[in-house]
Amino acid sequence: MKKSLLILLVSSMLLIFTFSAAAETTLTFWTFQELHQQFLEKEVARWNENNPDDVINLETTVYPYDQMHNKLLIALQSGVGAPDIADIEISKFANYLKGSNPQLVSLNDVVEPNMDQMIEARFANYAKNGNYYGVPYHVGATVMYYNMEMMDAAGVNIDEIVTWDDFVEAGKKVKAATDKPMTTVEVTEHWTLYPMISQIGSDIFAEDGSVILDNEKNERVLSFIDDMVHESEIAVPAPGGFHHSEEYWNFMNNEGAASLMMPLWYMGRFVQYMPDLKDKIAIRPLPVWDEGGNRSAGMGGTGTVVTIQSEQQQLAKEFLAEAKLSVEASHKLWTELGFDPVRWEVWDDPIMSEPNQYTEYFRNEDIFGMLLEIRDEINPTMVTEKYPSAIDLLKKNVSFKVIKEQSHTPAEALEEAAAELRQ
Amino acid sequence: MQILKNFYEKYINSKKVAPYIFVSPFIIVFLVFYLYPMISTIIMSFQEIGFGDPEFVGLANYKKLFNVHYKNALLTSTNYTFWTILILVPLPIILAVLLNSDKTKFTNFFRSSIFMPALTSVIVAGMFFRYAFGEQASTLANSIIGVFGLEPITWLQNSIPAMIALVVLCVWRWMGVNIIYFLSGLQSIPEEIYEAADIDGASSWDKFKYITIPSLKPVIIYVITISVFGGYKMFAESYAYWQTATPNDIGMTIVSYIYQTGFNNFNMGFASAIGITLLLIVLIVNVIQLNLFGLFKKGEQ
Repeated sequence: MKKSLLILLVSSMLLIFTFSAAAETTLTFWTFQELHQQFLEKEVARWNENNPDDVINLETTVYPYDQMHNKLLIALQSGVGAPDIADIEISKFANYLKGSNPQLVSLNDVVEPNMDQMIEARFANYAKNGNYYGVPYHVGATVMYYNMEMMDAAGVNIDEIVTWDDFVEAGKKVKAATDKPMTTVEVTEHWTLYPMISQIGSDIFAEDGSVILDNEKNERVLSFIDDMVHESEIAVPAPGGFHHSEEYWNFMNNEGAASLMMPLWYMGRFVQYMPDLKDKIAIRPLPVWDEGGNRSAGMGGTGTVVTIQSEQQQLAKEFLAEAKLSVEASHKLWTELGFDPVRWEVWDDPIMSEPNQYTEYFRNEDIFGMLLEIRDEINPTMVTEKYPSAIDLLKKNVSFKVIKEQSHTPAEALEEAAAELRQ
Repeated sequence: MQILKNFYEKYINSKKVAPYIFVSPFIIVFLVFYLYPMISTIIMSFQEIGFGDPEFVGLANYKKLFNVHYKNALLTSTNYTFWTILILVPLPIILAVLLNSDKTKFTNFFRSSIFMPALTSVIVAGMFFRYAFGEQASTLANSIIGVFGLEPITWLQNSIPAMIALVVLCVWRWMGVNIIYFLSGLQSIPEEIYEAADIDGASSWDKFKYITIPSLKPVIIYVITISVFGGYKMFAESYAYWQTATPNDIGMTIVSYIYQTGFNNFNMGFASAIGITLLLIVLIVNVIQLNLFGLFKKGEQ
């Protein structure tokens, strides 16, 4: 009697277990950015509401940047242990496409139907042989953040800064009035040099993949940055070396410099790490190099991928497309993360111009309206297999040797890096 | 049953087989975790590896070694090893002698507090030192040099201050361990030798020079040998200060270079080749060092 009761109990439990497993599918997700986790978890809730038959349970792990990329690389290389979905940052993405047999799932069937409403260049960063492997989060338009109190103190009207030369002149006024530098430049990362290279219409690689890092335009850019620091002395190397260091948050929060060039996703860093600058910062397009030139550059990014080790590839793909590319998701990417979505179709929607936490922090009333002005002024960037090494060299050597160490001229530093990439 | 028993008596319990069974755990660990990875590293160093089948490329990975980053890494590692040994041998000997002396008070307190850093994780300690060597005037390192009237230094972006930062972290962590080695060496020197020297009227310095140092020679050789290994395989300290990108390679060691090449740039073949050269370098340095101390000659006699 007892035995049969036990069997009944166990079998009924098994039944419940299998039943619940059928109704709910667990997808694992690795990322290096907590904001991405929060965003996707909200998107899961929305998905589950709309798809009661296909409920997803997202299990997210947030690792440090380096650790996550290495773990994922090893897991894919060895064939076990990879998650269903993962975030891969753009400067690492090429590593995962190396070789004849990428361990990522082609996403063409879910992204291609809407491709005519999206910025294809952002998908091309994560593509190989006509297969799209990653879903981007944003365009990453680079903009200028001005501290308006300091501009007012110096009598500078930021809307009259049209060219980079105007920027330097304004910088001299700020320096004279406040005794503080106009801006900071990165010397151990690439967020100053690379956007300016892209903005002027150049790149690291040409479209055929050959190295053009040492061309004349790039030399002009690097010389200009160098002159801002050492000749007109309106800029200083960023404390800590780059715009994400602890020293830098502190320096900027105490009004160490009057302006800063970074991509739009840096808005989140202002809100999070520089609370004292609330209501003081205004966002504007970049000054141009030559009249009629581009006023922005698309920088950075993260592609979300589905691995071939996933047993739920179709569901994972459909979820990703819905969670990151749908109209609703595009609205939320803006209102919640401050990301400029890659689906340009939504850029004119009224919700994009409504007040949100970012318009509350910054002086702009309509940040997105400003983006619309520069939407066609963003050059695509070329990503090749050597991209991780190239970014490494930009970070470690090029700006550092010219601006910080002053051991190389701009031409020498660029030639040295280009020669290494050509090997 | 009888067969099983026979088998047991004849093979397992025999004098010929039993020793091998006892050493088998070590042998298995060695084969699986040391020999196999070593052989596969040697094979990988001749391959180009991506997703898909690896491709044999002959000596191409070794040819890539002739680049400026490898040279920088080699110099950084060698410099670091040199300075750590230069500090971490004499200083612990002196401190050990002091701690061993009857005249010193609170020896147990000093011993444990000097040993404490060795128990911390490098990454945690590294975080602390990373902030201590920050570039603002208010950081620990800059406040200390400020007392001497020096200007604040950007510690982690200049090669000499960066090396100082690395060596300071290493000295802080390993001082205690080396003191323990030397203390145990000191305690094995018979008291009678010192008494005899006292009768002959030797000064403290003479005793240190003619009794203590020669008696400690085996310990000194041992400490230098493991310091050479430790110095060349250093990675965590550099990672704690700079993560993966050291500006102009100022803090990039050979192992950091392997890490960056293998994982950050996914060039496993080249990374393996660097690893093989590291093995050879450490081997050569240690053979030279042991030869200088005459360790091999002793064996010949």
